[in-house]
Amino acid sequence: MELKVSIAQKVLRTASGQTRVILRDVAFSLRQGEICALLGPSGCGKTTLLRIISGLDSDFDGRVEIPGPRRIGMVFQEPRLLPWRTVAQNLCLASSSSRDDLAEIASALRLSKHLDHFPGELSLGLARRAAIARAFAVKPDLLLLDEPFVSLDAALAARMREELLALVLERRAATLHVTHDVDEAISIADRILVLSPAPGQLLADRQIDTPRQALSQAHAARLKDAILSLMADAAS
Amino acid sequence: MLPAPLAVASVIGAEARSGALVFNLAITLARVAAAFALAMVLGAALGVAMGRNKSVDRLCDPLVTVLLNLPALVLIVLAYIWLGLTEVAAIAAVTLNKLPNTAVTLREGARALDKSLDEMARVFDMPLGRKVRHVVAPQLAPYFAAAMRSGLSLVWKIVLVAELLGRSSGVGFEIGVAFQLFDVTRLLAYALPFVGLMLIVEAFVVQPVERRVSRWRPRHGA
Repeated sequence: MELKVSIAQKVLRTASGQTRVILRDVAFSLRQGEICALLGPSGCGKTTLLRIISGLDSDFDGRVEIPGPRRIGMVFQEPRLLPWRTVAQNLCLASSSSRDDLAEIASALRLSKHLDHFPGELSLGLARRAAIARAFAVKPDLLLLDEPFVSLDAALAARMREELLALVLERRAATLHVTHDVDEAISIADRILVLSPAPGQLLADRQIDTPRQALSQAHAARLKDAILSLMADAAS
Repeated sequence: MLPAPLAVASVIGAEARSGALVFNLAITLARVAAAFALAMVLGAALGVAMGRNKSVDRLCDPLVTVLLNLPALVLIVLAYIWLGLTEVAAIAAVTLNKLPNTAVTLREGARALDKSLDEMARVFDMPLGRKVRHVVAPQLAPYFAAAMRSGLSLVWKIVLVAELLGRSSGVGFEIGVAFQLFDVTRLLAYALPFVGLMLIVEAFVVQPVERRVSRWRPRHGA
């Protein structure tokens, strides 16, 4: 599975008839098992890019190639669970996984006790975990994550990052993880794409060669400084 | 003005023993069921089509508005004139009286469908049948239940008028006979069991369905 994205331009037409360029010249590819973080300031078109790749937005100049048959697992910014179905039913609805697989995913995300609950009975953190579990339940070839940990407290976000990473490494899905948190990007990805402020252009495509476990604090800090200065230059 | 309760009870007993009460109640109930089912199914289909498609909405909206505002009596009389004093005419007239009400309620439901859940279903490549059953239908269910509840009360009232005007059986016909005889006892002997029957339908059919479709909603103030 190799995802190839080549977007010449994405223009947004507002209801008042104005047009605004959201993305320009964004091209990259993503291999199976690769975890790629997509970084950029708010409003730079990260979510738009994810919507284009997922097939929800087809109004753009360019092309997206996902060799078939492909299964996409997506985690939206909001959990988007069906409120009238229990967590277990939400996981089953989108999935082709067996009961054992679902139980394993639920256990990895510490959801086993909540499978019979309705989404309205869950905290935001649990609902986000259920949304991540749903994305894994389809056994995705391509995993698209749109700021899945936003608005979670730091400790919970860190724990969920570890859980997510373990699942991604086990399932070997090509993963595109949208975030505006540089630390999160460095801790989770083998590769970081940086988008400029709107209209979003590809500023950098940085491979992290060091294995994740061996990444020293000093190395991570240097990487973070380099990315932040790149983003600051683009913003000025 | 009002007969003694025992007098009404004795007429109810006599009519029940002769079989006339059960026969008339059954035939009226069958008409209510047929008109109600037709109005709910056709009205819901029309309402969802109007809510999802602007051209259908523009095309059907004037007709729905006219039907909503047309007195029930006019539709019943027109149906009997055009289709004859037949069962089809009676049920068609009642159906047409209820249908616009269902359509307008379900149109609102279809307009309020959650776009974000639709997108979720698309990304996860949910088959159409599964999407309709698990994503769309539960969102329309509260609107359907509301249309059902207001519909049942409307339909049984109109069925009685249709029977009074053009049928030779049913509770409405018997009430018409009682009216000609100025026999309030007989009128109540048919009206009260019918109202009781409708209360039973409401309590054991409509309300359980409503509770079931709203089971997932978090209870407030518990």
